[in-house]
Amino acid sequence: MGMTMTQKILAAHAGLEKVEAGQLIEADLDLVLGNDITSPVAIKEMEKMKVEGVFDKDKIALVPDHFVPNKDIKSAEHCKCVREFACRNEITNYFEVGEMGIEHALLPEKGLTVAGDVIIGADSHTCTYGALGAFSTGVGSTDMAAGMATGKAWFKVPGAIKFNLIGKPSEWVSGKDVILHIIGMIGVDGALYKSMEFAGEGIKNLTMDDRFTIANMAIEAGGKNGIFPVDEAAVAYMEEHSKKKYTVYEADEDAVYDEEYTIDLSALRPTVAFPHLPENTKIVEEIKEDIEIHQVVIGSCTNGRLGDLRIAAKALKGRHVAKGMRCIVIPATQAIYLQAMEEGLLKIFIEAGAIVSTPTCGPCLGGYMGILAEGERCVSTTNRNFVGRMGHVKSEIYLASPAVAAASAVTGKITCPCRLG
Amino acid sequence: MKSARGTVFKYGDNVDTDVIIPARYLNSSDPAELAVHCMEDIDKEFVNRVKKGDIIVANKNFGCGSSREHAPIAIKAAGVSCVIAETFARIFYRNAINIGLPIVECPEASKGIEAGDEVEVDFDSGIIKNLTKKTSFQGQAFPEFMQRIIAAEGLVNYINGK
Repeated sequence: MGMTMTQKILAAHAGLEKVEAGQLIEADLDLVLGNDITSPVAIKEMEKMKVEGVFDKDKIALVPDHFVPNKDIKSAEHCKCVREFACRNEITNYFEVGEMGIEHALLPEKGLTVAGDVIIGADSHTCTYGALGAFSTGVGSTDMAAGMATGKAWFKVPGAIKFNLIGKPSEWVSGKDVILHIIGMIGVDGALYKSMEFAGEGIKNLTMDDRFTIANMAIEAGGKNGIFPVDEAAVAYMEEHSKKKYTVYEADEDAVYDEEYTIDLSALRPTVAFPHLPENTKIVEEIKEDIEIHQVVIGSCTNGRLGDLRIAAKALKGRHVAKGMRCIVIPATQAIYLQAMEEGLLKIFIEAGAIVSTPTCGPCLGGYMGILAEGERCVSTTNRNFVGRMGHVKSEIYLASPAVAAASAVTGKITCPCRLG
Repeated sequence: MKSARGTVFKYGDNVDTDVIIPARYLNSSDPAELAVHCMEDIDKEFVNRVKKGDIIVANKNFGCGSSREHAPIAIKAAGVSCVIAETFARIFYRNAINIGLPIVECPEASKGIEAGDEVEVDFDSGIIKNLTKKTSFQGQAFPEFMQRIIAAEGLVNYINGK
């Protein structure tokens, strides 16, 4: 009985020849991550531990990004706590305002996450790095504290679901449509406790940005992680961004999967998840009623990368957002922001009547920079449309790709970009 | 804590961490402050009615969404002694064990218990008794490794004891 890609990485980090689903192991960590919401709790917990300091100052990443630039006095205190901890422990990878970005876009860009790594982060979207062939998963603050102190974490080895991707996505279909389709198919707990293992010749037709988006939302299907095989595109990405040594693991041919699905990427259409669960998906062109919207957000750890902004700009170029619409564009990192400026994307956004913000998670979790009032509707490229997620409990979030979000900003209702004419 | 006994607050599927503790309150990490807003976006009356020892019972995928440990911290600080659900989202599951909030997976109990029922849970045996309806259920026992973390009352003490 063979092992999945995830199982092989975990076995290697636990010093074991072989592991199987359900087994409890202790694994060595290559990176421990925290943000401005989760790190203060972790720091408080770590102070209770009988340890001298962090296990390795180079293997911890602290990224204040949620309520940064500080949204209020309490947030400022949290950020100060993280900053002082980073300084005290000489944390190499602490990213201050000015060099920061949304953590899950920033860390791969900075070359800190590579194939074969085991990474934990006190943020549920830590699963993003599976796009590069790493095992990475979200944990809470106490796990983060233990990870920072010991360099180890306990895991239950997950069983797996295999998604065999074939074909090539058509114009206006991107990674977001792929993952929303999958969540719609298996449900928000369809991959509970399991790894989502992507495979198949269709992967070569997905950009790295598409893959980051797909792996990012594995958690929205309940998954422990999402992981892609390491192909030429992944190697090229790592060689461009990282000096770290990477290790390529491949699933055994006789690896065991609890379920297998085949998804024809060429058959997918722009998709939107209706309130209040990511599994409530509909094909945009099949929505019969006009759904009037008030705000569009294009950004986040799910869809704030350069490829996302290029697609949004393509839909917005020469057009204008609907009267009364607020369209908020948030490049995920400083480097993406700069590149978008150099390519003229920011000019397109501003001329179209959108605003462009410095990197922040802000509106995605109802923090700030785009909170919804009672009865308001938002099309958002973020990852969750739970009750009250972006503001008032009676507001509504429709999750979609940058293409659908931008097209909807133009018309003021949920719109397929293919209809822009 | 070997057992819990209290009155039940019952919720449905996919209770997410955003409704357990909305992000607008995450500029604090103080348990008492978080407890005041516990379950606010799903049940405004919860904090007014909950008494020390009360029990939350829910259906599948309890605690899905964000990794915020503030969610189990808020529930524990509100006085809840145990959460029973058909299934838990995995990060919430880890977090609850790590901070010492007892949780039990038991699909039968989740179906057989209603709001307002008086329920008793024995953590050693995993037996859940519905005292109101005079029924009992066998909850899933924790693997030995997790029992050691629970016995140490959380991961920090467990690591300190190693």
